[in-house]
Order: sequence, then C-alpha cells, then structure tokens
Amino acid sequence: METELRIGVFVCHCGINIAGVLDIEDLCDYAGTLPNVVTVQPNLFMCAETGTSEIKKAIQEHNLQRVVVAACTPRTHEPIFRASCQEAGIDPYFFEMVNIREHCSWVHRHEREGAQAKARDLMRMGVAKAVFLEPVETFSSKVEPKALVIGAGITGMSSALALAGEGFEVILLEKEAELGGLLRHLHKIAPSEVSAAELIGEKIAAIEKDRRIKCFTSATVDEVSGYVGNYTVRFSCGDESHTHKVGAIIVATGGAPLKPTGLYNYDGKRVITQSELETKLKSGKIEAKNIVMIQCVGARIPERNYCSRICCMVAIKNCLHIKEVVKDAKVFVLYRDIQAYGVENEALFLKAKEAGVRFIRYSLESPPVVEEGTVRIYHSAMGKEVPLPADLVVLSTPIVAHDDSESLSRTLKVPVNKYGFFLEAHAKLSPLDFATHGIYLCGNAHYPATVREAISQALGAASRASTILSHEAIVRVGTVARVDQDLCSSCFACVKVCPYQVPRMDEKGKAAIEPMQCQGCGICVAECPAEAIQFGYVSDEQIMAACEALCA
Amino acid sequence: MNNFEPLIAVFSCHYCSYAAADLAGSSRIQYPPNIRVIKVPCTGRVSSNHILRALECGADGVYVAGCLEGTCHFISGNFKAKQRVQHAKNLLSQIDLEPERVQMYFMSAAEGARFANVAKEMTETIRELGPSPLGRNKSE
Repeated sequence: METELRIGVFVCHCGINIAGVLDIEDLCDYAGTLPNVVTVQPNLFMCAETGTSEIKKAIQEHNLQRVVVAACTPRTHEPIFRASCQEAGIDPYFFEMVNIREHCSWVHRHEREGAQAKARDLMRMGVAKAVFLEPVETFSSKVEPKALVIGAGITGMSSALALAGEGFEVILLEKEAELGGLLRHLHKIAPSEVSAAELIGEKIAAIEKDRRIKCFTSATVDEVSGYVGNYTVRFSCGDESHTHKVGAIIVATGGAPLKPTGLYNYDGKRVITQSELETKLKSGKIEAKNIVMIQCVGARIPERNYCSRICCMVAIKNCLHIKEVVKDAKVFVLYRDIQAYGVENEALFLKAKEAGVRFIRYSLESPPVVEEGTVRIYHSAMGKEVPLPADLVVLSTPIVAHDDSESLSRTLKVPVNKYGFFLEAHAKLSPLDFATHGIYLCGNAHYPATVREAISQALGAASRASTILSHEAIVRVGTVARVDQDLCSSCFACVKVCPYQVPRMDEKGKAAIEPMQCQGCGICVAECPAEAIQFGYVSDEQIMAACEALCA
Repeated sequence: MNNFEPLIAVFSCHYCSYAAADLAGSSRIQYPPNIRVIKVPCTGRVSSNHILRALECGADGVYVAGCLEGTCHFISGNFKAKQRVQHAKNLLSQIDLEPERVQMYFMSAAEGARFANVAKEMTETIRELGPSPLGRNKSE
C-alpha cells in the first residue's frame, strides 16, 4: 500500500509568521525525503486563493492521493483545505494539517534550532499519519419538523413563539403550574421600564392563541432518546405521560435568585432580597426611609466564584423606583464592583447617583455588618467604620442554577458546569449550541442574563433550531464509530463507557452503534478490548503512525 | 547528559487543550520546543496502548491534556483518559520505568498560559528524570 500512495506536501510561509522563524526551504527539502511524498511546494499564503489553487493544480498534475498542509491551526483552516481537496476530486478527509505556526513558530521564536527540529518532526508525523487516512462517508435521516422547548419563562416563550412564527410545531413544557417563570415576581424591567407582568402577559396571550404551540404545565421531562432531527421525548404532567417526536430541543429552564439563608441576618422582613423588594414595589408598599442595599451577597466568593451580572442593574433600577415612591428616602448601595455595561445601563447608574443614591465600596475582607436598625461599613475614603441607618436592608443575591438542572442534564446527556449552569459547545463559536447536535440553550439556564439578553438568546436558539427543522432530511458527516460485529465479544464495555449511551446490543447479541447518534468522541474505540470498533476519522493506525514517527 | 533535550508526546483534545495551545500561539507565549502534539477529538480517544507506543517509539515522556474536570466537551472523556493514564503509570512501575514519565493534565481552551506552563513543567520533569531507556537518547 505504502509504495503506491502519492502524497503532496504544502508548506506555508504565512508571510513572516512562519517563515520569520522557520527555514521553509529546509522544511521543503526535508519533506521531499519522506516516504510516499511525490511533490513539495511552498507558498507565501497557503490559504489565499493563490495557495489553494496551487493545491488543486498539484492534486491533478501529480495525481495526488493525500494532501498534507504545514501551516496554521486546523481548528480554523482545515475546512478551507478540505474544500480544496474536494474541488480537485479527492476525498476531503484525505487531508492532514500540520500546525507549524501556533504550535511552533509563534511559541519558539527565540529557539530557532529547536523550532526547526520540531517542525520537521511534526511534518514527519503528519505525513506518516496521512498514509492511514480514510474516506469519511455521510449519512442521511428524515427530520421531524417539530421542536421541544423546555421552560416557559420569558426565554422559553420567546423561543417557542419565534419557532411557531416560522411555521414549526412546538411543544412547550413548564414545570410550574403557570407560565412566566422568574418575571412573574418582578416589577419593572430596566432600562426600558416595561412592566414584567405586561411583558409576560403579552407572550402568554400569544402562546394561547397560536395553534402550533402545545403547552404543558407542571411538566417534567422523563426520557429523551434519538438524535438530531429525530428525538423521542417522554414527559409527564401529573399522572399523564406523553411521548412526542421532535427534531430539535431548546433548553430554557432559567435560574433562580439565591435565597440568602444565614447571610446578613436575612429574615424576609427587615432584611429582604431584591426580588422580595420588587414584590413590595409592585404593590407600592414601601414605608422604609432608610434603605441599604448590599451587592454580591453569596456571589464572587470561593464557593460561588462568578458574577451574576444582572444584580447591579437590578439594584440601581430598584433604587430609582424607591426614590419615585418615597421621595425623601435615603438609599445606600454597598458594592464590590459595579457591573453597568452598555450605554443605557451606564446612564441609569449616573441617574441613580444624581438622584442621591450613595454608592460605597467594600472589600471581601471587611464586609458590611447588619444590626438592628443599622448597617456598619468600613468606608475606605474616611478610613474608618461608619454606621448607616437602615429600616430596610436589601440583599442582591446571584442567579443560581435550579436544583434539577443536573438531573435534566443527565436526561438530555448534555453537560453543566460546576455551578449547575448548562455548558455551551464553545463560548465564542457556538454559544447557543450544545456539543450534542440538535440541542440548544438560552437564557438563565446558561448564565445570568438580562431580559433583553435572554430574549436575544432565545431568538438565536430558535434560529439555530430552525436550521435543523427547515430541512426535510439531515445529512451527517460520518466521523463516527462503527462496530465490526465479527470481532465483537459482547463484553458491554462500549455500552458502559459511552457518555451518550449510543452503543447497544442488537438482536444478534453484538454491539451496534447508530451513526446518526454517535457524537464522534472515540471513547468506546479506545475502550473496546477486542478492537472491534473502527473509527476511520481518527483510527488507531493513524495515532500509532504518528507515535511511530516521533523519532526520525 | 548535560545537553539532553527531552522528546515529549502530547495527546491534546480538539476542544480544550489543542485550543489552549493555539491560544498560547496567538498570544505568543513562549515555551520549550520539546513537545509534539498529536490531536484527538477527545482525550477519551486515547488508550493506554497509544501512550505506551509513544514511549516505545522514543518519547522520553508523554502527557494527555484534556478539558477541565467537569467540562469535557464529551461529558466524561477526560475522566476516562485520567484512568487510562493511571493504568499506563502502573504498567510503567511494573517494568521499573518512572511513572512520572506519563502525566494527565486538565485545562480549558482559554488557558493558553497554562498550556505553556504545563509544557515547561513537563519538559523540566523529564529533563530531571533523564533520557528514557527506550528513547532516541539512549546511552549506547
């Protein structure tokens, strides 16, 4: 096999990014000595039109069967070169990328000799691996044009309405007895001053009117199986159990403000939370004249080391509302840092200061002390502790994940972070997607968000879901594991190890992996003692070939 | 022995440590040129056999670098990798090779500096241990 293969190697200068550190001529000469390599070509910018057309030309001229590009990171540029291979008529997976920029020239600028040796090694490993590359097939399956939205707060309702507006059927689940989520308890929303009750009222009315949305309250998700385009969901509402087929799932389960039990003498009467204050503001019942708010209660501490982002704006908004109701109220906000991002929030922050709200900074080492009728705080500008009169103390607590987020994460087989918030596939590249195809997330379920952000995310998630639902069938690239049943010894190792519970024992008692469900992690491939599971995308041969080429 | 340059194989997962290495690159964080990264979709793809093969083929050290614990893109691949690294370490002890030659590290895609520090740390560890008797730098 090896003698017949024809490999082309392309080495990128990347301007001076690579060529400024590495000797490209030497790398080309070296690549020419490697087994199966029939042509080596340098290029100033491999990813530019001139570079890719050189690759395509060389594939045809030299009848290449494998292409190796030594350039930057495959995480950004692999698709470009795969496309070039495909356009020139060879399988896009007969392509291997060697990272000599991020992993070499950029990080070893002062050790040219070592860098050069490393680049040679990496190229040798890449070429050795390329010999064992395999074509990757594609699979197709029908899409169920219906979505499941879990959670009917402002986020879930917005997603459901957006999807219904595009003509898709939606199953909307709410675990509480009524729709509306967190906003049911809130007063007005900053910075737009929209009433929370009106906002959710409009959404609920729209949902009730829309025949495409089927809404279930007091509902819990029991079981989810299947794969993108074709999920089967079983959920129960009270004693009833329902099963539906859906093509995509949106997680909009929200979060809840932390109950500050045991913190700052919290009693729910004289010391209350911001959401309890909003309930008071809603009914207009505020008698207190001296009000002290404490920020970051139970947040940004070692055991809950994140900023809930929205509490600063909630506090500032509520200060202004208090000032409207009780004109001569004295309001102090004790904070660690103020999170008032964006033009409108910054303007509200200024407005609060102008209205006479006093902001005093404290540090984690000297937190305020809440006593009967006063709050003592160390004032760093005065260099001493000052007592503040306080008829009412309001604690700003962070949004925390719901207790059941972990059990839902297990049902859906999607990850949560250590605070129980759902974890996206990539913070920048796929902020609304889970790694599992066809499942999306938005709103407080992911991370504390303002109403405006939650709605934007909800619309984004709906848009992501509709990229699946709008197709009749979905084609998946088969970067998946496959069982050679002749080798399978029915040991169940793959069944036990798969984080997505995809492998199962079929009627012959042999393991089977549904390609549409496989996520392509390769965990079962490494686990199978009989080496019965094939994974052409990253095969054992390829990994071993790279290992064997570590030394010249 | 003085100019011993360790050769270290790294199994990096696509989603975290490979991305961290890319970030170290785009942030121009410098580290010793002793590591050779082999990219895998998830560290759970790496078997003890792969680790041992790398040692057998001349690496003086091998480490597997996966996502932070609890944030694996594939839920539990990095925990599986940790077990397999431990298994490889046990096997090394049985044949009188230093188990420190094989390590497991966890890092997020945002930790370019950590990737560089781990590369430094591992290079120093292996430099102190000296060449692997199986490696390209063997004494004879």
